[in-house]
Amino acid sequence: MPDATIVLDTRAIQRALTRIAHEIAERNLASTEVALIGIPAGGDHLATRLGKILAEIWHHPVPVGALDVAMHRDDLDQRTAPTIYPTDIPFDVNGKTVVLVDDVLFSGRTTRAAMDALTDFGRPKKIQLAVLIDRGHRELPIKADFVGKNVPTALDEKISLLLTESGAAQDEVLLKKKL
Amino acid sequence: MSWTKKHLLDIESLTAEEIITVLDTARGFKAVGERAIKKVPALRGKTVVNLFVEPSTRTRISFELAAQRLSADIVNFSADASSFKKGETLKDTARNLEALNADFIIIRHSASGAPHFLSRVVNAHVINAGDGAHAHPTQALLDMFTIREKKGKIAGLNVTILGDILYSRVARSDIWALTKLGANVTLCGPSTLVPKTFERMGCRVTHDVDEAIRDADIINLLRIQHERQRATMFPSIGEYTQLFGLNQARLAKTKPDALIMHPGPINRGVEIDSEIADSGRSVILEQVTNGLAVRMAVLFLVNGGKTITETA
Repeated sequence: MPDATIVLDTRAIQRALTRIAHEIAERNLASTEVALIGIPAGGDHLATRLGKILAEIWHHPVPVGALDVAMHRDDLDQRTAPTIYPTDIPFDVNGKTVVLVDDVLFSGRTTRAAMDALTDFGRPKKIQLAVLIDRGHRELPIKADFVGKNVPTALDEKISLLLTESGAAQDEVLLKKKL
Repeated sequence: MSWTKKHLLDIESLTAEEIITVLDTARGFKAVGERAIKKVPALRGKTVVNLFVEPSTRTRISFELAAQRLSADIVNFSADASSFKKGETLKDTARNLEALNADFIIIRHSASGAPHFLSRVVNAHVINAGDGAHAHPTQALLDMFTIREKKGKIAGLNVTILGDILYSRVARSDIWALTKLGANVTLCGPSTLVPKTFERMGCRVTHDVDEAIRDADIINLLRIQHERQRATMFPSIGEYTQLFGLNQARLAKTKPDALIMHPGPINRGVEIDSEIADSGRSVILEQVTNGLAVRMAVLFLVNGGKTITETA
Protein backbone atom coordinates (compact mmCIF):
# COMPACT_ATOMS: atom_id res chain seq x y z
CA MET A 1 0.00 0.00 0.00
CA PRO A 2 1.71 3.27 -1.09
CA ASP A 3 2.37 6.04 1.47
CA ALA A 4 0.25 4.48 4.21
CA THR A 5 1.60 4.77 7.75
CA ILE A 6 0.81 2.09 10.30
CA VAL A 7 -0.65 3.86 13.32
CA LEU A 8 -1.34 0.70 15.32
CA ASP A 9 -0.31 -2.87 14.53
CA THR A 10 -1.99 -6.05 15.71
CA ARG A 11 -0.33 -6.12 19.12
CA ALA A 12 -0.81 -2.41 19.70
CA ILE A 13 -4.54 -2.74 18.97
CA GLN A 14 -4.75 -5.62 21.43
CA ARG A 15 -2.91 -3.62 24.10
CA ALA A 16 -5.09 -0.56 23.54
CA LEU A 17 -8.29 -2.60 23.86
CA THR A 18 -7.02 -4.31 27.03
CA ARG A 19 -6.22 -0.93 28.57
CA ILE A 20 -9.60 0.53 27.56
CA ALA A 21 -11.35 -2.48 29.11
CA HIS A 22 -9.48 -1.94 32.39
CA GLU A 23 -10.38 1.77 32.32
CA ILE A 24 -14.05 0.90 31.75
CA ALA A 25 -13.89 -1.50 34.71
CA GLU A 26 -12.20 1.12 36.86
CA ARG A 27 -14.78 3.76 36.00
CA ASN A 28 -17.83 1.52 36.40
CA LEU A 29 -17.89 -0.31 39.73
CA ALA A 30 -21.46 -1.54 39.13
CA SER A 31 -20.27 -4.00 36.50
CA THR A 32 -23.67 -5.62 35.93
CA GLU A 33 -25.09 -2.32 34.71
CA VAL A 34 -22.56 -2.00 31.89
CA ALA A 35 -23.42 -2.87 28.28
CA LEU A 36 -21.36 -2.25 25.15
CA ILE A 37 -22.86 -1.03 21.89
CA GLY A 38 -20.65 -0.85 18.81
CA ILE A 39 -21.18 1.40 15.80
CA PRO A 40 -20.72 -0.49 12.51
CA ALA A 41 -18.67 -0.94 10.48
CA GLY A 42 -15.69 -1.42 12.79
CA GLY A 43 -16.99 -0.40 16.18
CA ASP A 44 -19.24 -3.45 16.39
CA HIS A 45 -16.24 -5.80 16.16
CA LEU A 46 -14.30 -3.73 18.70
CA ALA A 47 -17.28 -3.88 21.09
CA THR A 48 -17.33 -7.67 20.80
CA ARG A 49 -13.59 -7.83 21.59
CA LEU A 50 -13.95 -5.43 24.53
CA GLY A 51 -16.88 -7.49 25.80
CA LYS A 52 -14.70 -10.61 25.94
CA ILE A 53 -11.89 -8.84 27.81
CA LEU A 54 -14.34 -7.27 30.28
CA ALA A 55 -16.02 -10.63 30.89
CA GLU A 56 -12.61 -11.99 31.98
CA ILE A 57 -12.01 -9.02 34.25
CA TRP A 58 -15.46 -9.14 35.83
CA HIS A 59 -16.04 -12.91 35.69
CA HIS A 60 -19.50 -12.46 34.18
CA PRO A 61 -20.77 -11.97 30.64
CA VAL A 62 -21.17 -8.39 29.38
CA PRO A 63 -24.07 -7.61 27.00
CA VAL A 64 -22.88 -6.46 23.57
CA GLY A 65 -24.97 -4.92 20.78
CA ALA A 66 -24.61 -3.11 17.48
CA LEU A 67 -26.30 0.15 16.52
CA ASP A 68 -26.60 1.54 13.02
CA VAL A 69 -26.62 5.33 12.90
CA ALA A 70 -27.20 5.98 9.16
CA MET A 71 -30.87 6.96 9.58
CA HIS A 72 -29.99 9.52 12.24
CA ARG A 73 -27.16 11.28 10.41
CA ASP A 74 -27.40 15.06 9.87
CA ASP A 75 -25.73 15.07 6.44
CA LEU A 76 -28.20 12.91 4.50
CA ASP A 77 -28.96 15.87 2.23
CA GLN A 78 -25.34 16.37 1.29
CA ARG A 79 -24.23 12.89 0.26
CA THR A 80 -25.30 9.68 -1.38
CA ALA A 81 -27.33 7.52 0.96
CA PRO A 82 -25.08 5.70 3.44
CA THR A 83 -24.99 1.94 3.89
CA ILE A 84 -27.36 0.71 6.57
CA TYR A 85 -25.87 -1.94 8.83
CA PRO A 86 -27.91 -4.27 11.05
CA THR A 87 -28.90 -2.97 14.46
CA ASP A 88 -28.93 -5.67 17.11
CA ILE A 89 -29.47 -4.72 20.74
CA PRO A 90 -30.41 -7.96 22.52
CA PHE A 91 -30.96 -6.35 25.94
CA ASP A 92 -32.96 -3.57 27.58
CA VAL A 93 -30.97 -0.31 27.57
CA ASN A 94 -33.14 1.28 30.26
CA GLY A 95 -31.08 1.89 33.38
CA LYS A 96 -27.88 0.57 31.78
CA THR A 97 -24.54 2.31 31.52
CA VAL A 98 -24.07 2.04 27.78
CA VAL A 99 -20.53 2.35 26.46
CA LEU A 100 -20.71 3.34 22.78
CA VAL A 101 -17.76 1.90 20.89
CA ASP A 102 -16.48 3.41 17.64
CA ASP A 103 -13.28 2.90 15.68
CA VAL A 104 -12.42 6.53 14.91
CA LEU A 105 -13.63 9.73 16.59
CA PHE A 106 -13.49 12.61 14.08
CA SER A 107 -16.15 15.33 13.75
CA GLY A 108 -18.31 13.84 16.50
CA ARG A 109 -21.34 13.74 14.22
CA THR A 110 -21.50 9.94 14.19
CA THR A 111 -21.50 9.96 18.00
CA ARG A 112 -24.30 12.53 18.04
CA ALA A 113 -26.33 10.38 15.63
CA ALA A 114 -25.59 7.30 17.77
CA MET A 115 -26.88 8.96 20.94
CA ASP A 116 -30.09 9.93 19.14
CA ALA A 117 -30.50 6.45 17.68
CA LEU A 118 -29.86 4.88 21.09
CA THR A 119 -32.54 6.90 22.85
CA ASP A 120 -35.11 5.35 20.46
CA PHE A 121 -34.48 2.13 22.36
CA GLY A 122 -34.91 3.53 25.84
CA ARG A 123 -33.27 5.72 28.46
CA PRO A 124 -29.82 4.53 29.50
CA LYS A 125 -28.66 5.61 32.96
CA LYS A 126 -25.40 6.84 31.44
CA ILE A 127 -23.78 6.90 28.02
CA GLN A 128 -19.99 6.71 27.76
CA LEU A 129 -17.82 6.74 24.64
CA ALA A 130 -14.88 4.48 23.84
CA VAL A 131 -12.86 4.92 20.63
CA LEU A 132 -9.76 3.21 19.30
CA ILE A 133 -8.48 6.36 17.56
CA ASP A 134 -9.19 10.03 18.28
CA ARG A 135 -8.02 11.97 15.23
CA GLY A 136 -9.24 15.43 16.31
CA HIS A 137 -11.18 18.00 14.20
CA ARG A 138 -14.29 17.97 16.37
CA GLU A 139 -17.32 19.88 15.04
CA LEU A 140 -19.53 19.19 18.07
CA PRO A 141 -18.96 19.39 21.84
CA ILE A 142 -18.23 15.67 22.19
CA LYS A 143 -15.34 14.04 24.03
CA ALA A 144 -14.42 10.37 24.39
CA ASP A 145 -14.25 8.80 27.85
CA PHE A 146 -11.82 6.09 26.72
CA VAL A 147 -9.27 6.52 23.91
CA GLY A 148 -6.91 3.92 22.45
CA LYS A 149 -4.60 6.42 20.80
CA ASN A 150 -4.71 10.12 19.96
CA VAL A 151 -3.53 10.63 16.38
CA PRO A 152 -3.07 14.21 15.11
CA THR A 153 -4.21 14.27 11.48
CA ALA A 154 -4.71 16.63 8.57
CA LEU A 155 -8.17 16.94 7.04
CA ASP A 156 -6.98 15.40 3.77
CA GLU A 157 -5.85 12.26 5.54
CA LYS A 158 -7.88 9.14 6.21
CA ILE A 159 -7.72 6.62 9.04
CA SER A 160 -8.67 3.03 8.20
CA LEU A 161 -9.18 0.21 10.65
CA LEU A 162 -8.56 -3.26 9.22
CA LEU A 163 -9.79 -6.18 11.31
CA THR A 164 -9.65 -9.91 10.71
CA GLU A 165 -13.40 -10.04 11.44
CA SER A 166 -13.95 -7.93 8.31
CA GLY A 167 -11.77 -10.19 6.20
CA ALA A 168 -8.40 -8.44 6.59
CA ALA A 169 -5.22 -10.55 6.78
CA GLN A 170 -4.23 -8.89 10.05
CA ASP A 171 -5.45 -6.19 12.44
CA GLU A 172 -4.07 -2.75 11.55
CA VAL A 173 -4.84 0.93 11.79
CA LEU A 174 -3.51 2.86 8.78
CA LEU A 175 -3.12 6.56 8.06
CA LYS A 176 -3.03 7.67 4.42
CA LYS A 177 -3.72 10.63 2.16
CA LYS A 178 -7.21 10.80 0.70
CA LEU A 179 -7.33 10.06 -3.02
CA MET B 1 -23.17 1.41 -1.82
CA SER B 2 -23.88 2.23 -5.40
CA TRP B 3 -27.06 4.28 -5.50
CA THR B 4 -26.86 7.56 -7.43
CA LYS B 5 -30.30 7.72 -9.06
CA LYS B 6 -32.50 10.67 -8.36
CA HIS B 7 -35.72 8.87 -9.28
CA LEU B 8 -37.13 5.37 -9.25
CA LEU B 9 -39.02 5.01 -12.51
CA ASP B 10 -38.74 1.33 -13.45
CA ILE B 11 -36.69 -1.82 -12.85
CA GLU B 12 -35.38 -2.02 -16.40
CA SER B 13 -32.94 0.86 -15.84
CA LEU B 14 -31.54 -0.59 -12.58
CA THR B 15 -28.45 -2.77 -12.38
CA ALA B 16 -28.49 -6.00 -10.38
CA GLU B 17 -26.19 -4.26 -7.89
CA GLU B 18 -28.64 -1.38 -7.46
CA ILE B 19 -31.51 -3.81 -6.84
CA ILE B 20 -29.40 -5.56 -4.17
CA THR B 21 -28.61 -2.16 -2.60
CA VAL B 22 -32.34 -1.51 -2.19
CA LEU B 23 -32.88 -4.96 -0.67
CA ASP B 24 -29.96 -4.55 1.77
CA THR B 25 -31.15 -1.08 2.78
CA ALA B 26 -34.72 -2.34 3.24
CA ARG B 27 -33.49 -4.96 5.69
CA GLY B 28 -32.46 -2.18 8.05
CA PHE B 29 -35.81 -0.43 7.68
CA LYS B 30 -37.77 -3.62 8.29
CA ALA B 31 -36.03 -3.85 11.66
CA VAL B 32 -37.16 -0.28 12.44
CA GLY B 33 -40.77 -1.42 12.01
CA GLU B 34 -40.25 -4.05 14.71
CA ARG B 35 -39.09 -1.57 17.35
CA ALA B 36 -41.15 0.16 20.00
CA ILE B 37 -40.40 3.50 18.32
CA LYS B 38 -40.97 2.87 14.63
CA LYS B 39 -39.83 6.25 13.41
CA VAL B 40 -36.44 7.61 12.36
CA PRO B 41 -35.54 11.22 11.47
CA ALA B 42 -33.94 10.48 8.08
CA LEU B 43 -36.32 12.65 5.99
CA ARG B 44 -37.27 15.19 8.63
CA GLY B 45 -38.51 18.42 7.04
CA LYS B 46 -39.11 16.83 3.62
CA THR B 47 -42.46 16.92 1.88
CA VAL B 48 -43.78 13.90 0.02
CA VAL B 49 -46.79 14.10 -2.28
CA ASN B 50 -48.80 11.01 -3.13
CA LEU B 51 -50.10 11.87 -6.61
CA PHE B 52 -52.48 9.02 -7.28
CA VAL B 53 -54.28 9.68 -10.54
CA GLU B 54 -55.42 6.05 -10.61
CA PRO B 55 -57.13 4.54 -7.56
CA SER B 56 -55.05 2.52 -5.10
CA THR B 57 -55.36 1.74 -1.45
CA ARG B 58 -52.55 -0.51 -0.36
CA THR B 59 -49.73 1.12 -2.33
CA ARG B 60 -50.83 4.59 -1.31
CA ILE B 61 -51.10 3.69 2.37
CA SER B 62 -47.78 1.87 2.22
CA PHE B 63 -46.01 4.93 0.79
CA GLU B 64 -47.84 7.17 3.25
CA LEU B 65 -46.68 5.15 6.22
CA ALA B 66 -43.16 4.83 4.76
CA ALA B 67 -42.87 8.61 4.50
CA GLN B 68 -44.25 9.11 8.01
CA ARG B 69 -41.84 6.58 9.52
CA LEU B 70 -39.01 8.56 7.93
CA SER B 71 -40.41 11.72 9.58
CA ALA B 72 -41.39 13.35 6.28
CA ASP B 73 -44.65 15.26 5.82
CA ILE B 74 -47.02 13.69 3.35
CA VAL B 75 -49.92 15.05 1.34
CA ASN B 76 -52.37 12.80 -0.46
CA PHE B 77 -53.70 13.91 -3.79
CA SER B 78 -56.29 11.73 -5.46
CA ALA B 79 -57.82 11.99 -8.89
CA ASP B 80 -61.40 12.24 -7.63
CA ALA B 81 -60.88 15.39 -5.64
CA SER B 82 -58.41 17.03 -7.95
CA SER B 83 -58.27 19.56 -10.68
CA PHE B 84 -57.71 16.85 -13.31
CA LYS B 85 -61.49 16.85 -13.46
CA LYS B 86 -61.31 20.54 -14.23
CA GLY B 87 -58.94 19.95 -17.12
CA GLU B 88 -55.52 20.66 -15.62
CA THR B 89 -52.65 18.78 -17.26
CA LEU B 90 -50.34 16.44 -15.36
CA LYS B 91 -47.44 18.81 -15.95
CA ASP B 92 -49.30 21.78 -14.50
CA THR B 93 -50.48 19.77 -11.52
CA ALA B 94 -46.94 18.62 -10.81
CA ARG B 95 -45.53 22.14 -11.16
CA ASN B 96 -48.14 23.35 -8.69
CA LEU B 97 -47.08 20.69 -6.24
CA GLU B 98 -43.50 21.77 -6.70
CA ALA B 99 -44.45 25.36 -6.06
CA LEU B 100 -45.50 24.08 -2.63
CA ASN B 101 -41.92 22.77 -2.23
CA ALA B 102 -42.66 19.07 -2.63
CA ASP B 103 -39.39 17.13 -2.45
CA PHE B 104 -40.78 13.79 -3.58
CA ILE B 105 -43.66 13.04 -5.92
CA ILE B 106 -44.98 9.49 -5.81
CA ILE B 107 -47.10 8.95 -8.88
CA ARG B 108 -49.63 6.31 -9.87
CA HIS B 109 -51.08 6.87 -13.33
CA SER B 110 -53.05 4.86 -15.87
CA ALA B 111 -50.78 6.04 -18.69
CA SER B 112 -47.52 4.16 -19.20
CA GLY B 113 -44.58 6.55 -19.07
CA ALA B 114 -46.29 9.23 -16.97
CA PRO B 115 -43.62 9.05 -14.20
CA HIS B 116 -40.82 9.32 -16.79
CA PHE B 117 -42.50 12.38 -18.26
CA LEU B 118 -42.88 13.89 -14.80
CA SER B 119 -39.20 13.32 -14.00
CA ARG B 120 -38.27 15.50 -16.96
CA VAL B 121 -40.46 18.47 -16.02
CA VAL B 122 -40.00 18.72 -12.24
CA ASN B 123 -37.01 18.99 -9.91
CA ALA B 124 -38.52 16.77 -7.20
CA HIS B 125 -37.59 13.10 -6.83
CA VAL B 126 -40.13 11.02 -8.75
CA ILE B 127 -41.10 7.53 -7.64
CA ASN B 128 -43.26 5.37 -9.86
CA ALA B 129 -46.07 3.71 -7.90
CA GLY B 130 -47.45 2.03 -11.02
CA ASP B 131 -47.94 3.37 -14.54
CA GLY B 132 -50.47 1.64 -16.81
CA ALA B 133 -49.33 -1.84 -17.76
CA HIS B 134 -45.70 -0.71 -17.83
CA ALA B 135 -43.98 -0.83 -14.45
CA HIS B 136 -44.53 -1.12 -10.71
CA PRO B 137 -40.95 -1.06 -9.45
CA THR B 138 -41.58 -1.02 -5.69
CA GLN B 139 -43.83 -4.09 -6.01
CA ALA B 140 -41.05 -5.96 -7.82
CA LEU B 141 -38.52 -4.84 -5.20
CA LEU B 142 -40.72 -6.04 -2.33
CA ASP B 143 -41.24 -9.33 -4.15
CA MET B 144 -37.45 -9.73 -4.49
CA PHE B 145 -37.02 -8.82 -0.82
CA THR B 146 -39.59 -11.43 0.22
CA ILE B 147 -38.08 -14.16 -1.97
CA ARG B 148 -34.56 -13.45 -0.76
CA GLU B 149 -35.64 -13.34 2.88
CA LYS B 150 -37.56 -16.62 2.61
CA LYS B 151 -35.23 -18.57 0.32
CA GLY B 152 -31.90 -16.95 1.14
CA LYS B 153 -31.18 -16.29 -2.53
CA ILE B 154 -32.80 -15.47 -5.85
CA ALA B 155 -30.32 -16.73 -8.44
CA GLY B 156 -31.17 -20.20 -9.69
CA LEU B 157 -34.71 -20.29 -8.24
CA ASN B 158 -37.63 -21.31 -10.43
CA VAL B 159 -40.25 -18.59 -10.29
CA THR B 160 -43.62 -19.05 -11.98
CA ILE B 161 -45.85 -16.06 -12.58
CA LEU B 162 -49.41 -17.20 -13.15
CA GLY B 163 -52.32 -15.15 -14.42
CA ASP B 164 -52.89 -11.98 -16.40
CA ILE B 165 -49.39 -11.17 -17.64
CA LEU B 166 -50.34 -9.03 -20.62
CA TYR B 167 -51.98 -6.25 -18.62
CA SER B 168 -49.78 -6.55 -15.56
CA ARG B 169 -47.16 -3.96 -14.69
CA VAL B 170 -46.27 -6.17 -11.72
CA ALA B 171 -45.41 -9.03 -14.07
CA ARG B 172 -43.20 -6.84 -16.25
CA SER B 173 -41.31 -5.37 -13.30
CA ASP B 174 -40.98 -8.79 -11.65
CA ILE B 175 -39.62 -10.29 -14.88
CA TRP B 176 -37.01 -7.55 -15.18
CA ALA B 177 -35.92 -7.94 -11.58
CA LEU B 178 -35.93 -11.76 -11.54
CA THR B 179 -33.97 -12.12 -14.77
CA LYS B 180 -31.41 -9.49 -13.69
CA LEU B 181 -30.90 -11.43 -10.45
CA GLY B 182 -30.54 -14.78 -12.18
CA ALA B 183 -33.86 -16.56 -11.49
CA ASN B 184 -35.53 -18.84 -14.03
CA VAL B 185 -38.88 -17.28 -14.88
CA THR B 186 -41.88 -19.18 -16.24
CA LEU B 187 -45.05 -17.39 -17.28
CA CYS B 188 -48.40 -19.15 -17.43
CA GLY B 189 -52.03 -18.25 -18.08
CA PRO B 190 -54.56 -18.15 -20.91
CA SER B 191 -52.81 -17.72 -24.27
CA THR B 192 -54.67 -14.44 -24.82
CA LEU B 193 -53.15 -13.03 -21.62
CA VAL B 194 -49.72 -14.69 -21.89
CA PRO B 195 -48.47 -14.16 -25.43
CA LYS B 196 -45.31 -15.88 -26.63
CA THR B 197 -43.71 -12.46 -27.22
CA PHE B 198 -42.78 -12.44 -23.51
CA GLU B 199 -40.09 -14.99 -24.33
CA ARG B 200 -38.08 -12.05 -25.62
CA MET B 201 -37.81 -10.82 -22.01
CA GLY B 202 -35.90 -14.01 -21.19
CA CYS B 203 -38.72 -16.14 -19.75
CA ARG B 204 -40.34 -19.42 -20.60
CA VAL B 205 -44.00 -19.26 -21.64
CA THR B 206 -46.40 -22.15 -21.14
CA HIS B 207 -50.16 -22.54 -21.01
CA ASP B 208 -50.10 -25.78 -19.02
CA VAL B 209 -50.56 -24.75 -15.40
CA ASP B 210 -49.63 -28.12 -13.82
CA GLU B 211 -46.36 -28.19 -15.73
CA ALA B 212 -45.70 -24.53 -14.94
CA ILE B 213 -45.94 -24.94 -11.16
CA ARG B 214 -44.48 -28.46 -10.79
CA ASP B 215 -40.84 -27.41 -10.28
CA ALA B 216 -41.50 -23.90 -9.03
CA ASP B 217 -39.87 -22.58 -5.85
CA ILE B 218 -42.09 -19.50 -6.00
CA ILE B 219 -45.60 -19.26 -7.44
CA ASN B 220 -46.59 -15.65 -7.95
CA LEU B 221 -50.30 -15.26 -8.67
CA LEU B 222 -51.71 -12.25 -10.46
CA ARG B 223 -55.23 -10.90 -10.45
CA ILE B 224 -57.24 -10.60 -13.65
CA GLN B 225 -57.09 -6.88 -14.43
CA HIS B 226 -60.67 -6.30 -15.51
CA GLU B 227 -60.13 -2.56 -15.57
CA ARG B 228 -57.37 -2.76 -18.17
CA GLN B 229 -58.89 -5.26 -20.58
CA ARG B 230 -60.51 -3.82 -23.65
CA ALA B 231 -62.61 -6.89 -24.40
CA THR B 232 -63.08 -10.24 -22.75
CA MET B 233 -59.84 -12.13 -23.12
CA PHE B 234 -61.25 -15.48 -21.91
CA PRO B 235 -64.75 -16.94 -21.83
CA SER B 236 -65.60 -16.62 -18.13
CA ILE B 237 -64.20 -16.21 -14.62
CA GLY B 238 -65.49 -19.69 -13.79
CA GLU B 239 -63.53 -21.19 -16.65
CA TYR B 240 -60.41 -19.25 -15.64
CA THR B 241 -60.67 -20.60 -12.09
CA GLN B 242 -61.11 -24.14 -13.37
CA LEU B 243 -58.17 -23.97 -15.78
CA PHE B 244 -55.71 -21.69 -13.99
CA GLY B 245 -56.88 -21.12 -10.41
CA LEU B 246 -54.58 -22.41 -7.67
CA ASN B 247 -56.51 -25.05 -5.74
CA GLN B 248 -55.55 -27.82 -3.30
CA ALA B 249 -55.31 -30.49 -6.01
CA ARG B 250 -52.86 -28.39 -8.02
CA LEU B 251 -50.91 -27.33 -4.94
CA ALA B 252 -50.45 -30.99 -3.95
CA LYS B 253 -48.36 -31.55 -7.07
CA THR B 254 -45.92 -28.71 -6.35
CA LYS B 255 -42.70 -28.77 -4.36
CA PRO B 256 -43.57 -28.95 -0.62
CA ASP B 257 -41.57 -25.78 0.07
CA ALA B 258 -42.90 -23.76 -2.85
CA LEU B 259 -44.16 -20.38 -1.64
CA ILE B 260 -47.32 -18.63 -2.80
CA MET B 261 -47.10 -14.90 -3.49
CA HIS B 262 -49.70 -12.39 -4.66
CA PRO B 263 -49.40 -8.61 -5.01
CA GLY B 264 -53.02 -8.14 -3.89
CA PRO B 265 -55.83 -7.43 -3.90
CA ILE B 266 -56.64 -11.15 -3.99
CA ASN B 267 -59.86 -12.48 -5.44
CA ARG B 268 -60.63 -15.46 -3.23
CA GLY B 269 -62.04 -18.33 -5.18
CA VAL B 270 -60.88 -16.93 -8.52
CA GLU B 271 -57.10 -17.06 -8.97
CA ILE B 272 -56.51 -18.53 -5.52
CA ASP B 273 -58.37 -20.94 -3.27
CA SER B 274 -59.40 -19.24 -0.04
CA GLU B 275 -57.68 -21.82 2.20
CA ILE B 276 -54.41 -21.57 0.30
CA ALA B 277 -54.40 -17.80 0.70
CA ASP B 278 -54.54 -18.28 4.48
CA SER B 279 -52.15 -21.25 4.64
CA GLY B 280 -48.56 -21.38 5.83
CA ARG B 281 -47.41 -21.61 2.23
CA SER B 282 -48.74 -18.12 1.54
CA VAL B 283 -46.47 -15.12 2.18
CA ILE B 284 -49.02 -12.58 0.94
CA LEU B 285 -49.22 -10.58 4.18
CA GLU B 286 -45.45 -10.65 4.64
CA GLN B 287 -45.24 -9.03 1.22
CA VAL B 288 -47.30 -6.16 2.62
CA THR B 289 -44.95 -5.79 5.63
CA ASN B 290 -41.91 -5.94 3.38
CA GLY B 291 -43.45 -3.41 1.00
CA LEU B 292 -43.35 -0.79 3.72
CA ALA B 293 -39.66 -1.46 4.40
CA VAL B 294 -38.79 -1.41 0.70
CA ARG B 295 -40.60 1.90 0.16
CA MET B 296 -38.76 3.44 3.12
CA ALA B 297 -35.50 2.24 1.56
CA VAL B 298 -36.41 3.72 -1.84
CA LEU B 299 -37.26 7.12 -0.34
CA PHE B 300 -34.04 7.03 1.70
CA LEU B 301 -31.88 6.11 -1.30
CA VAL B 302 -33.29 8.51 -3.90
CA ASN B 303 -32.94 11.31 -1.35
CA GLY B 304 -29.17 10.85 -1.71
CA GLY B 305 -29.32 10.63 -5.51
CA LYS B 306 -28.18 13.92 -6.95
CA THR B 307 -27.49 13.15 -10.59
CA ILE B 308 -30.06 12.30 -13.19
CA THR B 309 -28.61 9.16 -14.68
CA GLU B 310 -31.68 8.05 -16.56
CA THR B 311 -31.50 10.74 -19.26
CA ALA B 312 -31.16 8.93 -22.52
